[in-house]
Amino acid sequence: MEKKEVSFNNFEQCIKCTVCTAYCPVVPVNPRFPGPKQAGPDEERLRLKNKMFFDENLKYCLNCKRCEVSCPSGVNIADLIQSARRRYSAATPTLRDTMLANTDVMGRLARPFAPIVNSMVATKPVKAVMDVVLDIDKNRTFPNYKAHGFVGWFNREARSKQAAYSKKVAFFHGCSTEFQHPEVGKAFVEVMNAVGYGVELMNEECCGVAMIANGLWNQASRHAKHNVAVFEKMVGEGLPIVATASTCTFTMRDEYPHVLDIDNSKVRDSITLVEKFLFDLIDAGKVTLVFKKDYAARIAYHIPCHMEKLGWSIFTKRLMQMIPGVSFTVLDSGCCGIAGTYGFKKENYEYSQEIGRPVFEQIRALAPDFVCSECDTCKWQIEMSTGYKVLNPIVILAEALDLPATTAANRR
Amino acid sequence: MKFDAIIIGGGLSSLVCGIRLQEAGKQCLIVSAGQNALHFSTGTFGLLGRLPDGTAVEEPLLDIPKLPENHPYSKIGIERIKEYAVGVIPFFGKYGIKLCGFNGANGWRFTPMGTFKPAWLALEEIPFFKSPDEVIGHKALIVNYAGFMDFNSVFIAEGLEKKGLSCRIESVKLKVVENLRANPTEMRSINIARVMEQEECWKEFGRTVHSLLKDEDVVVVPEVFGLNNPLVCDWVREMIKANVLFVGTMPPSVAGIRTQKLLKKAFENIGGTFLMGDEALGSSISDGAVTSIKTRNLDGTLLEADDFVLASGHLFAHGLVASTGKIEEPVFGLDVDFVPDRNGWYDKNFFEKQNYLGFGVVTDSRFRAFRNGSLVDNLYVIGSEVGGCNSLNEGSGAGVAIMTALRVADEIIGG
Ligand SMILES: Cc1cc2nc3c(=O)[nH]c(=O)nc-3n(C[C@H](O)[C@H](O)[C@H](O)COP(=O)(O)OP(=O)(O)OC[C@H]3O[C@@H](n4cnc5c(N)ncnc54)[C@H](O)[C@@H]3O)c2cc1C
Ligand code: SF4
Ligand code: SF4
Repeated sequence: MEKKEVSFNNFEQCIKCTVCTAYCPVVPVNPRFPGPKQAGPDEERLRLKNKMFFDENLKYCLNCKRCEVSCPSGVNIADLIQSARRRYSAATPTLRDTMLANTDVMGRLARPFAPIVNSMVATKPVKAVMDVVLDIDKNRTFPNYKAHGFVGWFNREARSKQAAYSKKVAFFHGCSTEFQHPEVGKAFVEVMNAVGYGVELMNEECCGVAMIANGLWNQASRHAKHNVAVFEKMVGEGLPIVATASTCTFTMRDEYPHVLDIDNSKVRDSITLVEKFLFDLIDAGKVTLVFKKDYAARIAYHIPCHMEKLGWSIFTKRLMQMIPGVSFTVLDSGCCGIAGTYGFKKENYEYSQEIGRPVFEQIRALAPDFVCSECDTCKWQIEMSTGYKVLNPIVILAEALDLPATTAANRR
Repeated sequence: MKFDAIIIGGGLSSLVCGIRLQEAGKQCLIVSAGQNALHFSTGTFGLLGRLPDGTAVEEPLLDIPKLPENHPYSKIGIERIKEYAVGVIPFFGKYGIKLCGFNGANGWRFTPMGTFKPAWLALEEIPFFKSPDEVIGHKALIVNYAGFMDFNSVFIAEGLEKKGLSCRIESVKLKVVENLRANPTEMRSINIARVMEQEECWKEFGRTVHSLLKDEDVVVVPEVFGLNNPLVCDWVREMIKANVLFVGTMPPSVAGIRTQKLLKKAFENIGGTFLMGDEALGSSISDGAVTSIKTRNLDGTLLEADDFVLASGHLFAHGLVASTGKIEEPVFGLDVDFVPDRNGWYDKNFFEKQNYLGFGVVTDSRFRAFRNGSLVDNLYVIGSEVGGCNSLNEGSGAGVAIMTALRVADEIIGG
């Protein structure tokens, strides 16, 4: 892809129009946050002169990228903010931040004790202790850890069947599919198999987004390098890297080079989301979907921030609208407030709920059967805040498809 | 991915064209690289404020026939312009955007510099007068937020004093707005407006201003209310109990941003697809017609359509790009009308007529573009990107955007 930077993250292109500020979700709720224009291009100019101009309040940035989507001058505002944190922040991550950032390690530790951990973190005394000792807000509900992960299931039930397919994809499942929502991975394998693609897993590491958010820069860079190397091998063998989580996808495509300075140019364009992957195949007439006759659902679609930034919600919309019997409403685009681990922190809890309020209100007013969203942290936030169930589009698709008929239609 | 029409750019011209096409049952895609000129609007729409020779215009529809042949209005023709002009207020009204005017004659907007400028239509909360001599009141109280630099009370007082009003200036400190002062470069209209969306905040402002009022019959405040709901302006008026003028600040424009949001929502509600934050990068053209475009985000996915509309704005919006001695249209490489000698591009006096603002893409009488001298059959150009007029100088920005958008939409609908 053509590179258009004239300076580091384009900051000199800023015309000081303040349009970015109009769309930043943090600005109206948290006066401590300087706002995108000041925190990004304005202060970058000063920071380049002297790092004492670095402001620790940049940590309040959600990294939602809504500023970048609105900027008429193509300034990578949030990238400037995140890379300034990487370059200049003196803050050392707390125990709490380290725990929240290590989604994969926490998952592995919790797994053997999943039933106990789940019920423990759901109890008032434990929440109170976490609130006081760890600054994890007591009002937060934790996603349930699953005792049996996705990879275990894949190895037992699915791996041996994949050899039968001549066309293949490499699946980046991500942490939440492995530890909390294996059903997303299962749905992915079912749908891919039905449309004639075999699935391969990789020796992947967590994409690192939570490490970036929590200032664990070295660890994030290690993960990024590892993943890029693994992807290069897969892409070299002709396999695209397909994921189900919008934030992991976005991070691996754009945050690796823009924030962590890690070159992913050989694989960037091969990293994709399942919705885009499927749509392009259907659009090219290479894949046919056959839906169940009796499937019906009223669905509200919450577009995650990173899906907005990717610009790919159009693929999810198109896919969902293909399902007969679905009434599909797209919510006014807005941040749900969780931003990965941000909303788990006690100091952010109230801001987080305030940022998400318009999204929650729309969902309550629509009263859908369930909400559709590609991001699992949005899922936790919306489920906790509204009581409505949130499903990944691939889960909805697997449910709505007549899988045997789809398999038959694509066998050629 | 296939559409009936694909529009590049997401500003006023694009949205008007897209809505008109969707209303007629055409499936449209809008690709927009970022926000647009509505964010910097004065809250008024110009149709024609001055003829190219500088003569002031009172009734745009009477003077439009005097424009040169290659002016976009001349290409549309006065009969169609009249028909479209009558439809503008209802068109926007249908989507919750209330415009006020004086039966087609130009009115006068009170500027943040304390002067009066002509315009054709104004968004509902913008102070808009039939004549610059219209009596507004006798005594004015001008209230600003402490520390807000984009609203100059002194200029406004000078302007009103020229009209014979006596003025008193006050500033108010509200805790919620004081918070914003910690970040001085972000103390802008939009930040205050976002705070003033909250009921407690606009009520506190209304109460505070009311308590400052002595015997004034006019109150002037910055236009930072009604970002999502223009009724807030009415409620603030009721609380203050005077003739309240919400006077525009330096950009961004609160009323303009609301208008943009409402138009985008309208377009999506009637089935249009809007890609925000994406950029058209290139196209495939064969046999004199565009077949598809590519965008930055949708790599690999070709966007196909029967018709394409270029609405990517002027130099300011990067719809046109200048380099030494050359002005280019970057997406399709279309022919652009400009004077080759760079010295002829601009006047050193910033406030004089700037020739470069009159440069634009060359089109035929139906607004179809040319590439290397040959016509591109299904590619239309609308809005500020169209050549043949200097809209800043003429005060015809929104007018050209709306009229060319409607004309091209009709062309596409017609077949
Ligand atoms: C600062 C300013 C203030 C103005 N104020 C007024 C006013 O008060 N009243 C008035 O009547 N007129 C005003 N105008 C005139 C204004 O140009 C018109 O009113 C009108 O809004 C122009 O709309 P447009 O759709 O042609 O272009 P724009 O609003 O400029 O929109 C162009 C859009 O195209 C996008 N774009 C550019 N390149 C690409 C690409 N490759 N791919 C995708 N998208 C792309 C841009 O990001 C932008 O969103 C003003 C103009 C400016 C610059
Ligand atoms: S929107 Fe872009 S150009 Fe405008 S102030 Fe923000 S960074 Fe600068
Ligand atoms: S990334 Fe989001 S939170 Fe951060 S400055 Fe931009 S809009 Fe604001």
